[in-house]
Amino acid sequence: MTIDRTEPLVFDKGLPGHRAVDLPAAGVPEMDVSELLPGTLLRTTPPRLPELAEPQVVRHYTRLSQLNHSVDTGFYPLGSCTMKYNPKINDEMAALPGFAELHPYQALSEVQGILRLMYETEQILLEITGLRRATLQPAAGAHGELTGVLMIKAYHRDHGGAGRDTVIIPDSAHGTNLASAAMAGYRVVEIPSSQRGLIDVEALRRNLSDRTAAVMMTNPNTLGLFEEDVLQISSLAHEAGALCYYDGANLNAIMGKVRPGDMGMDVVHLNLHKTFSTPHGGGGPGAGPVAVSETLSPYLPLPLIARSDGDGAFTLDYDRPLSIGRVKGFYGNVGVIVRAYTYLVRMGADGLTRAAEDAVLSANYLRARLRDLYPVPHEGPCMHEFVSSATTHLAQDVTARDIAKRLLDFGIHPPTIYFPLIVPEALMVEPTETEDLRALDSFIEAMQQIDREAREDPEILRTAPHTTVVGRPDEVEASRHPILRWRA
Amino acid sequence: MHTDDDRRRLLEAVGISSIDELFSSIPPALRRAGLNLPGGLTELETRARVEMLAAADTIPDSSSFLGAGCYRHFVPAAVRALVSRGEFATAYTPYQPEVSQGTLQHIFEFQTCVCELTGLEVANASLYDGPSALAEAAFMALRLTRREEILVSDGLHPEAAQVVDTYAAGPGFPVRRLPLDPQTGVTVSDPAYLSSAIGAVLVQQPNHLGVVEDIAALAEAAHAAGALIVVSVNPSTLGVLEAPGRLGADIVVGDVQVFGSAPSFGGPSAGFLACYTAHVRQIPGRLVGQTTDSEGRRCYTLTLQAREQHIRRAKATSSICSNQTLSALAATIHLALLGPAGLRERSEICLQRAHRLHTALCALPGVRPLVTGPFFHEFALVLPCPAAHFARAMRECGVDPGVPLTRLLLGTNVGLPGAGPAPGDAVSEHVLLVAVTEVNTPEALDRYVTAAREILAVLSPTEDGS
Repeated sequence: MTIDRTEPLVFDKGLPGHRAVDLPAAGVPEMDVSELLPGTLLRTTPPRLPELAEPQVVRHYTRLSQLNHSVDTGFYPLGSCTMKYNPKINDEMAALPGFAELHPYQALSEVQGILRLMYETEQILLEITGLRRATLQPAAGAHGELTGVLMIKAYHRDHGGAGRDTVIIPDSAHGTNLASAAMAGYRVVEIPSSQRGLIDVEALRRNLSDRTAAVMMTNPNTLGLFEEDVLQISSLAHEAGALCYYDGANLNAIMGKVRPGDMGMDVVHLNLHKTFSTPHGGGGPGAGPVAVSETLSPYLPLPLIARSDGDGAFTLDYDRPLSIGRVKGFYGNVGVIVRAYTYLVRMGADGLTRAAEDAVLSANYLRARLRDLYPVPHEGPCMHEFVSSATTHLAQDVTARDIAKRLLDFGIHPPTIYFPLIVPEALMVEPTETEDLRALDSFIEAMQQIDREAREDPEILRTAPHTTVVGRPDEVEASRHPILRWRA
Repeated sequence: MHTDDDRRRLLEAVGISSIDELFSSIPPALRRAGLNLPGGLTELETRARVEMLAAADTIPDSSSFLGAGCYRHFVPAAVRALVSRGEFATAYTPYQPEVSQGTLQHIFEFQTCVCELTGLEVANASLYDGPSALAEAAFMALRLTRREEILVSDGLHPEAAQVVDTYAAGPGFPVRRLPLDPQTGVTVSDPAYLSSAIGAVLVQQPNHLGVVEDIAALAEAAHAAGALIVVSVNPSTLGVLEAPGRLGADIVVGDVQVFGSAPSFGGPSAGFLACYTAHVRQIPGRLVGQTTDSEGRRCYTLTLQAREQHIRRAKATSSICSNQTLSALAATIHLALLGPAGLRERSEICLQRAHRLHTALCALPGVRPLVTGPFFHEFALVLPCPAAHFARAMRECGVDPGVPLTRLLLGTNVGLPGAGPAPGDAVSEHVLLVAVTEVNTPEALDRYVTAAREILAVLSPTEDGS
C-alpha cells in the first residue's frame, strides 16, 4: 500500500469564518465606502483566500518546508549554482531595522548607513573583478545580463556601431546568455567548442565581423575549465570593434586568482546568491550586480551611488545623460546586498581567496575519485566544478536522470543534469568550499554504490527515488493538461 | 573550509603537491597573488561593523507617510518565522520535484492567490519586481498582437515607465504616452491615441498620483483598437477595488511587497503576472503545475518549460531563469493569515484613514488636491511652498509627511498632467504624495495635521498666492 505523506493545499484546509490577523479599528470617523469610491470600481466578489487561524497556517507551511531539500539539510552539489552554506549572521544583519525598515524615498541624510554599505559593496566587487564602476540594481544574474547587453547596445549606438546586430556566444553557454541577447534585440550566433572543451578561437575569428556587437563568455566555462585563450579572445573581439561580456556565474573559482577586468572583459555580472553566500530562497530573490570598464561606465543604470567630494556624504547620482535608464524599481535587492556585504567583510581578502582554493580543490578531489566510474570527457584540472558523462551506464539502460533520482534516496541533491548541452548524459558537479571531507566522501560512496546498482540491479535506479514524499511526477501530463491553480 | 590536514589529504588524492597547480591553466601573466582588501573579521567583529552602519540610518515609525510604490504595512510575526526556515530559504529552483514539493506547492498556492486577487485565469511563479513585470507584460502583449508599439499612461510610476523605456530600447519598440486628464488625474481613454500599431496599453491602478483609474473604459478603448491592456495594480487594494480581470484587463501585473516584505530600502520583493489561459504559452518566467506521480499521489512540478531559456535559448519568452520565491512565499503566508475578511478590513482602514487625513490637510490654508479623481490610500497635494522644504521642516517635528513628487521624477522626462516636463516646473515642486496605511495611527494623523498647520504658517508666502 502506498502511504500518502503529501500535504493538502492551504485552500483545502480552511474553515469559513477563520482568520489569523487581528487589525485595529480605523479610529477615525468612517464614511461609507461607496461615498469614497464610485460603485463601478468596487469589488463584487471577494477573492477566495484561505480562511485559517494562525496555528493552522504555521503548521501547514512548516510541514511544506519539511518536504524540501536545502543547503541547511544536506549536500547540494548542483553545478553552476554554487550552493555554498549561507551563514546565519547574514540574515540577522539584513533584518536589522536600520536596513529592513528603510523606505526607498527617505531623505538621503537619513539613509547614509545603507548607502555607505552599498557603496563599499561596490568597491569590494570592483577589486574582485578588476573593473571600474558598478551598479547593484539588477535583481538576478539573467537580469544583470540583460542590463549589460543593453549597455553594449547603447554604446554601439553612440559609437557608429548601430549596424552591429549580432552577439557571439559559445555553445557551452548558459541559456540565459542567448535569451538576454535576444531580448535586447540581438541576433545570436553560437560557436562550437573545441575538442578540449574551450572556445574554438578559429571559429570565433571566422564569425567576428563589423556586425558583431559583443562576445559573451563564462570563465571558467560551464565545463569547469579555464578558458586559457581568453586574452586572445578579448583582443580579437576588440580588434573587430566588439565588446566582451563576462558571465560571472563561476566567479567562485577565481577570487583572488585572476580578474575578469584583466582578461579584457568590458562588462561582468555577478551572482551574489552564488559566490557571496546569500540564500537562494527556492529560486530567488538573489542579486545580479554589474561591473563595467571605463568604456561602459556612462551607460550604467540610474541612479548610481556616489560620494560627495566635500563632506564625503553618500548621494544618488541621476545626472547621467547616457545612462540606459532603469531595469528595476528603486536601487536593487538591498536585503540581499546586506547579506553579501556581511559575508564579504567577514571573509576578507584571505578568506575569499581561500574559498576559491578550497572550492577548486574539492571539485578536483571528487573528479579524481569518481572519474573511473563516471568518465570526464575533458582534460583537467578542473576549476570549481566538473562535468561527467554517464554514457557508460546507458548500456544498462540507466540514464543520468536515473542516477540523479537515485541520489535523492541518499539524502543528496543531484548534480545539474543534461547541462551543458555539449556533453551527453551530463552530470555537472559543484561541491563548493563549505562541504567538509566527510560530506565529499559520503557523496563518493553514494556514487560508487549507484554505479554498482547500475550493473547489478538497474531497476532500482530506473524506478528511483524510493524514499521521497512523492515519486517522479508525470511531466507529460502536467504539460499536456496544465493545472496551474487550485479550484474549489 | 578545509583544515590544513584535510587539504593535504585532498591534494594527495588529486595527485598534486600544491594548490597552485590547480590554477596552472590560468596564463601566468593574469595570475594574481590575492586581493587588495582588508583582512577578515570574526562574527562578533562583523556584527559590530554592520550594526554601526545600520545605526547611522533613521528608522521610520507610525509618523512616516511615504509610499509611491513601496508601502509600509504591518507584517504578522508568523510570516518572518516561517519564511526564515532554512528549508525554504536555502533551497534553490525546484529542479528535482521529488525533494522540492514544499517550494513547488507554495508557488502553486501563490499562483492561485494571484489569480483570485486579479480575476484572471493563470499566474506565473513571480518575476523580479512590479516594474520589470510590467515591462515583461508589455513584451508579451506585443508578441500576442504581433505589433510593435507600446502606449503607456502618464499615470505609471515614473520609475516603472522608465523600466519599460529601458527594456523597449533593446529591440527598439516605440513607446508612446497616454496623458492624464489634468482636472481629474484619470488616464484619458481617447481613441485618438490608439493607432493600429499599438499592441500594448499600460496603466497603473491606482496611478502614481493615487487616483483610481477607470479600467473598464481604458480596456474598451484598447480592445476597440486591437491592442491588449496591461494593468499594474497595487494588490493591497483588491480587497475593496474590483479585480482588473473582471474589468477587461488582459494581463495584470504588480508587486507583492505590500504582503509580507519589509520595505528594505526598495527590495527585494516579488513581481507577479497574471493572464488568460489562452495566452499561457507566451507567459515569461516559471510556472508550477499539478500532476501525479506513478503511485497516483498529487504532486507539483515546473511545467510548460518549452517557453524558457534553458530549453528555447535565444527563442525564449524572456531571459529570466529565477523568480522571487521567498518574497512570493511571504506574500502567500501573509494572505493566508489575512484571509478575505482581513484583506478587506486592512484595505478599509487604509482607505478611511487616508480620506480623513486628506480632508484635514485640504482644509489648511493654501493646500489643495492636485487632481479631483477618486483615490484609495494615497493622494497628491499642492502645497503653498516647495514640497521638499515642507518635508524637511516636518521631519524636524518627527513627521515624514510624504514623497515630494520631484523625487520620483529624477532622471525621467515624465511630467505632470497638463504641465510641462518635470523636473523643474513650478507646479511639480509643490506637489507632495501622501500615503496612509494601517501603521499610521489616528494619533499620527493628528500629529501630522497639527505640525503641518504650524509649518505652513511659517513657510507659506505672506502675500496671497502659491
